[in-house]
Amino acid sequence: MTLELINLFYVASAALFIFGLKQLSSPATAVRGNMLSSFAMLIAIVATLTGKNILPWEWIIISIAIGAIIGGLAAQKVAMTSMPEMVALFNGSGGIASLLVAWAALYNVDNSIFTNVTVVLSILIGGVTFTGSIIAWGKLSEVMPSGAWVFGVQRIVNGAILIGIIAVAVIFCMDPATDSQYLYALIALALIFGVMVVAPVGGADMPVVISLLNSYSGLAACAAGFAINNNILIVAGSMVGAAGIILTNIMCKAMNRSLANVLFSGFGAVKQATKVEGEVKPITADDAYLILEAAQSVTFVPGYGMAVAQAQHVVRELGELLEKNGAEVSYAIHPVAGRMPGHMNVLLAEANVPYDQLVEMEDINPRIEGIDVAVVIGANDVVNPAARNDENSPIYGMPIINVDHARTVFVLKRSMASGFSGVDNPLFFGDNTRMLFGDAKDSIATVVAEFKG
Amino acid sequence: MEMFHVFLALILMLSIFLGFELISKVPATLHTPLMSGANAISGITIVGALIAAGDGSDPLARYLGAAAVSFATINVVGGYLVTNRMLSMFKKKDTTGSEEAA
Repeated sequence: MTLELINLFYVASAALFIFGLKQLSSPATAVRGNMLSSFAMLIAIVATLTGKNILPWEWIIISIAIGAIIGGLAAQKVAMTSMPEMVALFNGSGGIASLLVAWAALYNVDNSIFTNVTVVLSILIGGVTFTGSIIAWGKLSEVMPSGAWVFGVQRIVNGAILIGIIAVAVIFCMDPATDSQYLYALIALALIFGVMVVAPVGGADMPVVISLLNSYSGLAACAAGFAINNNILIVAGSMVGAAGIILTNIMCKAMNRSLANVLFSGFGAVKQATKVEGEVKPITADDAYLILEAAQSVTFVPGYGMAVAQAQHVVRELGELLEKNGAEVSYAIHPVAGRMPGHMNVLLAEANVPYDQLVEMEDINPRIEGIDVAVVIGANDVVNPAARNDENSPIYGMPIINVDHARTVFVLKRSMASGFSGVDNPLFFGDNTRMLFGDAKDSIATVVAEFKG
Repeated sequence: MEMFHVFLALILMLSIFLGFELISKVPATLHTPLMSGANAISGITIVGALIAAGDGSDPLARYLGAAAVSFATINVVGGYLVTNRMLSMFKKKDTTGSEEAA
């Protein structure tokens, strides 16, 4: 095929990517959207392969087969709870691929300043994405300690690396060569920088980092597109870049923190919340059943703890029984519940909760006063009224689901301990709060048994 | 910098705006599949991997290209499959099969 024809196919591919993303706007059409998007990818790949001078065929087939087997197996095997780690790893492989593309491009392209700058950008962003994603994966899967890794002169060290990167990049752009030692220095510095920027971020803030790295992997592809003058890389890469930025922004807003605050400060290091003291009112599963049985409207507020306890299936069963009993059932999901945006929705969908019962924080809060029972399962910070009332709380200002305004609140909790961010929760001492202590799965299963029995 | 690069910059600008428009319409429920689906799209760098390596006369460029093709394929194949797996789980109320969700 001629270059013009290949580029026409790229245009068709870009159009399909756009349609695919558009269909992601509703769960009813999203599966088709994803298929369209993968078809767009196929068109782009096949069109490229028909171009001249493509690698020897056996190389291509082997390289693709290796990648397809690894990617395919990983996608089939991964548990839904580990989705953030998986996405981080896929991100990382996209990043390193862009780095390698830019590196290989040095052998082919005219060495204009413009091309050199884009090659450098692609190497930098790709490298940071790669090692940053590996660290994010390590922290989320708890292969590495998930806490923030902070040391005294960190900012100075990072600043020095950044200055080093700029200096090396400028020298390299002036006199680019495929065997330039500055090229190797640049690659090494980019990889180190990726580690250094993600290491100081604590495990609880990893979702933001994953979104951001997602954006970077798109931008790296985009920069590689400029390096080799390829429009489909630019179109697809920049749309991914936009997606990552939007999700990052949503996560930051949901935590009422700036991106800089997430990236550069350890959580809760600055303020100490006002100590809350009071008496908790425990309730037994039997009594909980009696209240639920009489309830007209019930909303479940799940957190990552629900997934850890593997309670989502019994929760769905209870939801169905409550519906049969005439109650209106919904699942209220906070934007930062779970380990990445929308993670709880996926976990509940896996347990066969219909998506029309999943409601967002903005939808449930205005009508929460009318809810008879709010059942909090494995969530803590996202329902902590201190975020509204206590100016000294580290999470002050973060939007929460106002379960304390519901008529009755059940909090399922293993024991009295504070949540991921180590914040005391005045919700537990509320007049309308009843604590259902014990393993969430067992507690719910007991209630379910009562309903059936 | 040539005129051609200016056109590429124009494409970039328009794509970013389009990306923002499209993605802000995705509901929060689908944010995880959106992220993994977008992630799969970033595997588009596979096109660059094929081209960059293919045009090179230097063997090192070929090795780099082949490695890039493998990594990008992990991203593409894994990303699309896992997104499909997640999206297939989203079902509407009172449906038994997956037809309704598709």
